[in-house]
Amino acid sequence: MASTTPLWQRRSVRDRAWKGFTVAVLSILAVVFVAPFYWSLVASLSNLDGVYASPPRLWPEKLRLDNYTRAVTILPFHLFIFNSFYVCVLCVVGQVFSASLVAYAFARLRWFGRDVWFVILLGTMMLPAQVTMIPHYQIFRYLGWIDTLRPLIVPSYLGGGAFFIFLMRQFFKTIPVELEEAARLDGCSNLRIFWDIMLPLSTPAVATISVLSFIGNWQNFMGPLIYLSSFEKYTVSIGLHMFQSIYGSFPHYMLAASNIALIPVLVLFFIAQKYFVQGIVLTGMKG
Amino acid sequence: MSGARRPGRSPKYRSRYRWRENLQGYLFAGPWLTGFFLFLLGPMAFSVVLCMFKWNGITAFQGNATFVGLEHFRTITGEDRYFGVALYNTAYYAAISVPLGICTSLFLANLLNAKLRGIAFYRTVFYLPNVVAGVATIMIWRWLFNPQFGGFNIVLDKTGLVAAGRFVIDAVPGLRAFVTRNQISWPPLWFSDEFWAKPALIIMSLWSAGGGMLIYLAGLQNIPKHLYEVAEIDGAGRVRQFINITLPMLTPTIFFNLIMSIIGSFQVFAQSFLMTGGGPNNATLFYVLYLYRKAFEHFEMGYASALAWILFALIMGLTLVVIRSSTLWVYYEGEKQ
Repeated sequence: MASTTPLWQRRSVRDRAWKGFTVAVLSILAVVFVAPFYWSLVASLSNLDGVYASPPRLWPEKLRLDNYTRAVTILPFHLFIFNSFYVCVLCVVGQVFSASLVAYAFARLRWFGRDVWFVILLGTMMLPAQVTMIPHYQIFRYLGWIDTLRPLIVPSYLGGGAFFIFLMRQFFKTIPVELEEAARLDGCSNLRIFWDIMLPLSTPAVATISVLSFIGNWQNFMGPLIYLSSFEKYTVSIGLHMFQSIYGSFPHYMLAASNIALIPVLVLFFIAQKYFVQGIVLTGMKG
Repeated sequence: MSGARRPGRSPKYRSRYRWRENLQGYLFAGPWLTGFFLFLLGPMAFSVVLCMFKWNGITAFQGNATFVGLEHFRTITGEDRYFGVALYNTAYYAAISVPLGICTSLFLANLLNAKLRGIAFYRTVFYLPNVVAGVATIMIWRWLFNPQFGGFNIVLDKTGLVAAGRFVIDAVPGLRAFVTRNQISWPPLWFSDEFWAKPALIIMSLWSAGGGMLIYLAGLQNIPKHLYEVAEIDGAGRVRQFINITLPMLTPTIFFNLIMSIIGSFQVFAQSFLMTGGGPNNATLFYVLYLYRKAFEHFEMGYASALAWILFALIMGLTLVVIRSSTLWVYYEGEKQ
């Protein structure tokens, strides 16, 4: 049989060729996707001539690590990083707990109007933040919270955003009900079930929304831009913006500062990566 | 849950149980419900009021705000030149970046769905830009697009694309005249050229196609394998399989992504704020950037609120069109919840 079919029509050959082709395309694309990072890494380690070198150098002539120390000391970058961490950690805690609590109500409890509220919840995703941005500013101004980090943190504790609630609800729905029913017969309260059964079983989803929340808050630009005015309260994103407007003509410092701002997110992503991808794939996007 | 099924309980017990269940539901959903009223419904109502007033947002509302009715909306749709510019720019950006982004993510997801060694590595690499997208990467891109020293134009030059472009400009009849008339630069001056500024931002947006990719990957893994097995027995090739199985089965995911990307693309802000400041000559003045300026630079809170509601109406309208059209192209297999 095999001898009668031409070589290029044989399944094994065609499969292997296809695989080779896929790997080739993937590799080229991977290089394209990584290139900007690499370029910024090289430029941040070069001197000013190195940044402007044409053709660009694939490797800095002399490693100038002091670009990094310079970048973080020209402006009080440690303050920005501290502020960002402060906001992010508090937001992650708030968003994960409130989103999963609310998601539990939507996934497992039966209460009057639940389905209507769920539709409303999904509908809120469609409302652009700009509609409520100005009233929010006025609320926080009324509370005297302008130029504090509170406007960036407190809203996280009120539901944590429709998307996270939705994601958690989808995940909770995949957990077998039998587990809770057994616990309920033993007299477990809803809070106990939520805390001792649902949350521990939802590690991938919790990891997913933790990472997404951390990244989202770390990258948040509009919020700090509107609410913060004194620079000792600046977060990293807004600090970088200030950096650019002052030292914009020193791209090697600029890029060094940018790379530093990326480190926490990258580290977190690589740690949680396994859970993270699994979490998104498992929860899927099934309505 | 189990309580309702317990036999032999009196109706009184049952109603009390019902009541308790309701209470618990509302308590668990409490954080979101509070947030909904405090930070969504309330602000929305205030925003409705605000868009009918002239107010700078700094002095007290009472006594300083003047009622103007629907004047803001008349001004926006009538005299405001920048509204039209901002709307055009945003629509341009959305109309190209959304379909292009979906195609890119779909393409990546399909490549990554193969059973290969080291596939997790590629998945991470493609998703990475999505993780780091923010001010820091915007700074990197700003330099990548530097016409003289940025990596982009150097690659264009080295790969011969600059020369190829020149050839095309000369070869296509009328193109040379068009390019000269509109003062389009080649090689592109990116953010210094009205024509290239938006394409540059669109290229940049493609870099974060990894987010959509991950969602498509999830969708791909939910497609039953037996469909492909049957297709293979019937002699369908890879392309046929993609068009007749993968694509239809993925339409719910594409639908979800399409809506999310439309919403996202209409809210593009940080890129133009940080890289171009809306320039050159307002070529990247996007809707939200204009709104931000009106609110927090010109302190016309009422006007900005009116702009925000128009944005909402636009997004809502587009989303509804997509949802309406979904019966034509979204395929729901059997009964999915």
